[in-house]
Amino acid sequence: MTVSARRRRTGIAAWGLALPFTALFAVFLLVPVTSSLYMAFTDMRGADLRTPWAVNFVGFDNFVTALADPKFQQAAGNTLYFVGVAMPLTLAIALLLAVLLNSGLVWFRSVFRVGFYAPVVTSIVAVAVVWRFLLQPDFGLVNSALGVIGIDGPRWLTDEVWAMPSLIVMATWRNVGYSMVILLAGLQGIPRDMYEASAIDGAGAVRQFWSVTVPLLRPTLLFCAVITGIGYLQFFEEPFVMTQGGPLGATNSVAYEIFNRFGFGDYGLSAAMSYLLFLAVVILSYLQFRLLRTEK
Amino acid sequence: MTSTSSRPAPGAAARDVVAGRSPARGTRAPGATARRTGPRAIVLNVALLIGLAASIAPLVWMLLSSVKPEGEIRQFPPTLIPDQVTWSNYTELFASLSFPRYFLNSVVVAVAVTLGSVLFSAMVGYALAKLDFPGRRTLFALVMGTLMVPGMVTFVPLFVLVANLGLVNTYAALVLPFLAAPFGVFLMRQFMLDVPDELLDAARVDGAGEFRTFFRIVLPQTRPALATLGILTFLGSWNNFLWPLVAVQSADRYTLPVALALYSTGQNTVRYGLLVAGATVIVLPILVVFLILQRHIVQGISTTGLK
Repeated sequence: MTVSARRRRTGIAAWGLALPFTALFAVFLLVPVTSSLYMAFTDMRGADLRTPWAVNFVGFDNFVTALADPKFQQAAGNTLYFVGVAMPLTLAIALLLAVLLNSGLVWFRSVFRVGFYAPVVTSIVAVAVVWRFLLQPDFGLVNSALGVIGIDGPRWLTDEVWAMPSLIVMATWRNVGYSMVILLAGLQGIPRDMYEASAIDGAGAVRQFWSVTVPLLRPTLLFCAVITGIGYLQFFEEPFVMTQGGPLGATNSVAYEIFNRFGFGDYGLSAAMSYLLFLAVVILSYLQFRLLRTEK
Repeated sequence: MTSTSSRPAPGAAARDVVAGRSPARGTRAPGATARRTGPRAIVLNVALLIGLAASIAPLVWMLLSSVKPEGEIRQFPPTLIPDQVTWSNYTELFASLSFPRYFLNSVVVAVAVTLGSVLFSAMVGYALAKLDFPGRRTLFALVMGTLMVPGMVTFVPLFVLVANLGLVNTYAALVLPFLAAPFGVFLMRQFMLDVPDELLDAARVDGAGEFRTFFRIVLPQTRPALATLGILTFLGSWNNFLWPLVAVQSADRYTLPVALALYSTGQNTVRYGLLVAGATVIVLPILVVFLILQRHIVQGISTTGLK
């Protein structure tokens, strides 16, 4: 067989293997991504569902409408609040747990790892049922426990000030295990002689953490920050199942507002909002790369 | 874990974490001289135990409350351990006409999504990792590009598409969009890169075509990776909520999370016992699977972060 015939045969076989995925990928992912961009520049509404081509181009109107909409602005502010607090919190706790678990002094490492990771695998809907109970103002566990030490706990989920922090704690609880597992694996890749060398140089535990662990863990931290950031920017499920975006929009998020606009039939507007969210994801990831990439 | 001073491959480290071997010998961090029963060790472990309690408390409370009678769940002050154990929440749940149906829907969808997407991801992952074909770079770039696209971007047009294909309220609507999983392709490609070329060449010398090589040699070789991706995919599908909520509108196609969410936020008076039992039915099978297979899950997660 000639070389070129062989190459052609391999090429055909490779496309045969790639075909099922590629076909579905094109239909259910590439088409929606591009038609979302198309919709963002049209006045498409729910009534146009069956005739998606019979709509008018409106230029950047949807984007202007979105940015000028007070509900969207509030949702954007809430999303930044959520990401700004929950992301550093999640990463800090994950890193702390990973460092502690990496110590040779831990008794049952795999028990701890399983316990901290368990919330990650749970369904948000099921977890919401439990958390609404825990945060229930009158007979919930949290306020009962606070009552024991004489604190009159707030009405967590219906209080404009406390609703968002409640969701932040819940999201952190549910996501910390993921980053922890990745950071732990990253820590185990740091060679022991790095620590020995720094110990000889007289570095204490804290110094070692900042000058050995953190620099060498940078790529892993970056990965966790990007994944967590992308996920948190799309903050939707927690408010949907816990507060329906309330009270008074205090926990409404951009993703939730997109969903609501879709529900109202404003397809074009909701597509425009989704591209604004996409833009935010790209910007955040870029900033993180700039901030955390390994300096060479 | 290797005791060499050279930096172990990240993959090896991940496998060690997974196997539960103590990494301490290789990477003993500060305080290595302290003993595992010394005061430092006790403080450290107690702190971790408190954290562990906080982490699993909501789940423990859920399990325990699901066997409490309705009155005890609402009682003040709340109990942690049930005064009175009853299975009536579960028997009532499964005796209702619709609940077993939701359960079945969830199982059917999750199994179909898992089998299909793992197979397709492995096929294309192998092609991307080991075969040279025109369009390879473009395909891989497109796959990687879509990894960052928020679900909300595709959500509305996907609904328009599914509606125009006449798939609303069908299992196909719940399964097909998830068979093309960019993350799975990325993961499988990374794993396929580790399959030795000699093995593939040997199969080709024996006259096996690429398909035969893939199904006879590559798939068995990558069984742990398939298991890992399979578990992660199953978890994702089982817990998936937003899309099924929109794509199906008649009750006989509801999956468990959709049914529970609609019931718990509905206008009708909510029975807390049923709610907690329903939540447990969603979470418990997953927790059991996780406990049995946690090695694979943790490995999969670690690998994605390190490769």
